Amino acid sequence: MKSPIKPDFWFWVKILLVAILALFLIYPFSSLLYRSFFSAKTGQLSLANYIRFFEKPYYYRTLFRSLFVSGTAMAATVLIGVPMAYLMTRYNVMGKKYIHILIIMSLMSPPFIGAYSWIMLLGRAGAVTRFFAGIGITLPTIYGKLGIILVFTFKLFPYVYLYTSGAMLSIDRSLEEAAENLGSNKLRRLLTISLPVVMPSIAAGAVMVFMTSLADFGTPMLIGEGYPVLPVLVYNEYMSEMGGNANLASTLSVIVVTCSMSVLLLQKYFVSRKNYVMTAMRPPLEEKVHGLKRFFVTLPVLLVTGIGIIPQIVVVVTSFMKTDFTGFIGGFSLNSYEIIANRLGTNIRNTYVFSTIAILIIVFLGILISYIIVRHRGKTGAILDILIMFPYVIPGAVLGISLIVAFNKPPLLLTGTAAIMIAAFVVRKLPYTVRSGSAFLQQMDPSIEEASINLGVSPMKTFFRLTARLMAPGVMSGAVLSWITCINELSSSVMLYGGKTSTIAVAIYTEIVRNSYGTAAALASILTITTAISLLTFLKISKGKVSVI
Amino acid sequence: MSSSVIIKNAVKKYGKFKAVDHIDLSIHQGEFFTLLGPSGCGKTTLLRMIAGFNAIDEGEIYFGEVRINNVDAHKRDIGMVFQNYAIFPHLTVEENVAYGLKAKKVPREQIRTRVKEALEQVQIGQLRTRKPSELSGGQQQRVALARAFVIEPKILLMDEPLSNLDAKLRVQMRTVIKKLQRRLGITTIYVTHDQEEALAISDRIAVMKDGKIMQIGSPEEVYKKPQNTFIAGFIGVSNFMECNITKTDKHHDISIGGEYSIPVPISEDYIGKGIISARPEQMSFGKEGIPGRIMLSTFLGDFVEYEVLLSTGQTVQINEYTKDESLVKQDGTLVCITLDADRICVYDFEKEEVIL
Repeated sequence: MKSPIKPDFWFWVKILLVAILALFLIYPFSSLLYRSFFSAKTGQLSLANYIRFFEKPYYYRTLFRSLFVSGTAMAATVLIGVPMAYLMTRYNVMGKKYIHILIIMSLMSPPFIGAYSWIMLLGRAGAVTRFFAGIGITLPTIYGKLGIILVFTFKLFPYVYLYTSGAMLSIDRSLEEAAENLGSNKLRRLLTISLPVVMPSIAAGAVMVFMTSLADFGTPMLIGEGYPVLPVLVYNEYMSEMGGNANLASTLSVIVVTCSMSVLLLQKYFVSRKNYVMTAMRPPLEEKVHGLKRFFVTLPVLLVTGIGIIPQIVVVVTSFMKTDFTGFIGGFSLNSYEIIANRLGTNIRNTYVFSTIAILIIVFLGILISYIIVRHRGKTGAILDILIMFPYVIPGAVLGISLIVAFNKPPLLLTGTAAIMIAAFVVRKLPYTVRSGSAFLQQMDPSIEEASINLGVSPMKTFFRLTARLMAPGVMSGAVLSWITCINELSSSVMLYGGKTSTIAVAIYTEIVRNSYGTAAALASILTITTAISLLTFLKISKGKVSVI
Repeated sequence: MSSSVIIKNAVKKYGKFKAVDHIDLSIHQGEFFTLLGPSGCGKTTLLRMIAGFNAIDEGEIYFGEVRINNVDAHKRDIGMVFQNYAIFPHLTVEENVAYGLKAKKVPREQIRTRVKEALEQVQIGQLRTRKPSELSGGQQQRVALARAFVIEPKILLMDEPLSNLDAKLRVQMRTVIKKLQRRLGITTIYVTHDQEEALAISDRIAVMKDGKIMQIGSPEEVYKKPQNTFIAGFIGVSNFMECNITKTDKHHDISIGGEYSIPVPISEDYIGKGIISARPEQMSFGKEGIPGRIMLSTFLGDFVEYEVLLSTGQTVQINEYTKDESLVKQDGTLVCITLDADRICVYDFEKEEVIL
């Protein structure tokens, strides 16, 4: 449907959407870019900050560390995720349905909870460490790069698993049957047919792992200790320059964004051109194995999933342990919950209030943006499509700094307000809803809308009465994902929160820093339970039609 | 006869490409008019211009006296049946049909009776509480039809409505549509790429190619007197043969392969190379004519289809009705082919336009 020249309903919608994204995405990021070239000494534009970064080992080594940690995590998740996907799609693994949900669950929980839990188990005073110390074995330290990679691997392998298994299920049975008919054995079929066909999906999953680990702030901050990676450095530089200027932090931010953007573009360039994914008329059969064989097929899957879900269990269990100011003192109680109810009620309320407001805005904007991207394939659609990918490559800490840089002076003085927290939520989490909504709309026949218009209902009324109604399942499933990631958001919030606008995630972070593990666990349990309930809701409304990735 | 839809010099451009290239049409009141052509010929684009889903870049479209270029699609009062039916998936059959009436704010009582009548017209009264997912393709098609005509539009548009049905159902539904259109007397513009369907269903056909109209006429006219070789090839099966046109005092002669020549009543002063087109049933075996050999005979029940290699090196198809000839000629039989000057068409070799 071509939009007429005269300004219609959609014309104004497009202006509104572009204005919103310009104000909260383009403008902040441009300010940041400008800042990165701004020299504090001379007060002029120069490359000084970049030169400083690449001259001082203290700075440029963090880049190598970041790339090393993210690259290793990426390789590890591929090694774990691909075999998992193969076993889960091709064999009758026991409890398959539940394992699948647990894997999604471990992806959806915030990474810093993983870091926290592994410290509880393998840290200096961790339960496992002490157990082994008791029998005279000293475990290698969990702090530093090993810990970061461990957390990333078990938290992020689901990306590779989900992308790969999705692709494996979309290979039509006839493809492998043809190979078999031409004389290929099982291993050969796997290596020459199935794996090459799903390769683009594996790559897409791996890139998600890379970008997420490159952007993550909570994990390296908590478990990294003396191992600063880029987002940590951004935070430190920014915090140490508080009151002064954020120039070097801006430079670092631009470098992080450049890294993740390059990886994304490389993936798009090499992989998108080879998209073999099809809709399988007959999806591959799962092989029914019995007895011992079935056990051995299930065991590795269960083991990996188990390790992935341990953090959530640890968090919930420790939240019920008795504590005093020295730490855990044995026995169970609700005192951690009493403390947070008394002291951190505001944080809990903020989390839910901010996230709810953000979700309402996200749903409203998400429906409109998805519609324009899919149905109005003009310039505005293309621009929105690109803009909406941006939050994926901008780490939370960077977005946080951008918003501060952009909105720290009148007339747009927003720093320290709830508005800026909510704005960060909306910008960062909008893509989930848009992606899900537009994927859903893509499957919808445009002539349904035309039929309605043809029957005498104006385009605007048709949109609100019919299209929005039909898009609801797609948009709502995406909104649940946006919601889950909002309540768990740490990296931008930790930059943006003020005295009255702190959230649960921020409180968990500050509680861990203060060694107040009991309250941190109680807060984390609240998030974990909320996440679990939301995720089950998601699986129910999406009915498996909308993927979490 | 008054005209219901008048299209003057209509143009639709996509960049430099003209999807609809200066089209003039006049469709009569109550007529069943078909736009026929291969995919990409602009027929659907033109239909969507009439519906209001494609802007009219140049030219004008009138409904009766009213120019509708700037009338919004939802105010044009047209019924439309879409290729994939476009049934609202969340509404029942009844609600789907009532949708347009509700938009027109028709009183509830009246909606109920009109929906009921419409569903009975298309013989699916018993399905009224079903959801679209519980219907077969043919049933969905009937819902789409009922939904389009229940609003009593001035014009009914149909965009390849039968192309998603299987062959048998397609023939059945085409009769349903034709009878319904006759009964309601509603001006209908129908788009299809299926020439057989167009011949079967239409009062008049416009054959389109590359955004232009090649010929407008009744099914019989476009079949029997195709205006150019494209139409001759597109509608039905035609054998094309090169010929030489010469002129004597009184008439023209056409000769094929230098061996066979017949007089033809060409009105123009044309001489030189020409193209003959003849339908398989318009050629017959005779004692004299173009010599040839039967390469393959296929018995098809009511007729036999022969593939004949002519002495000119060309292969033609000839059909012979079994009620006329009792014996099927064997492969390899030597035959002579004759043409009937009254039934063949002759085209100018350069422009490929009809001269006989």
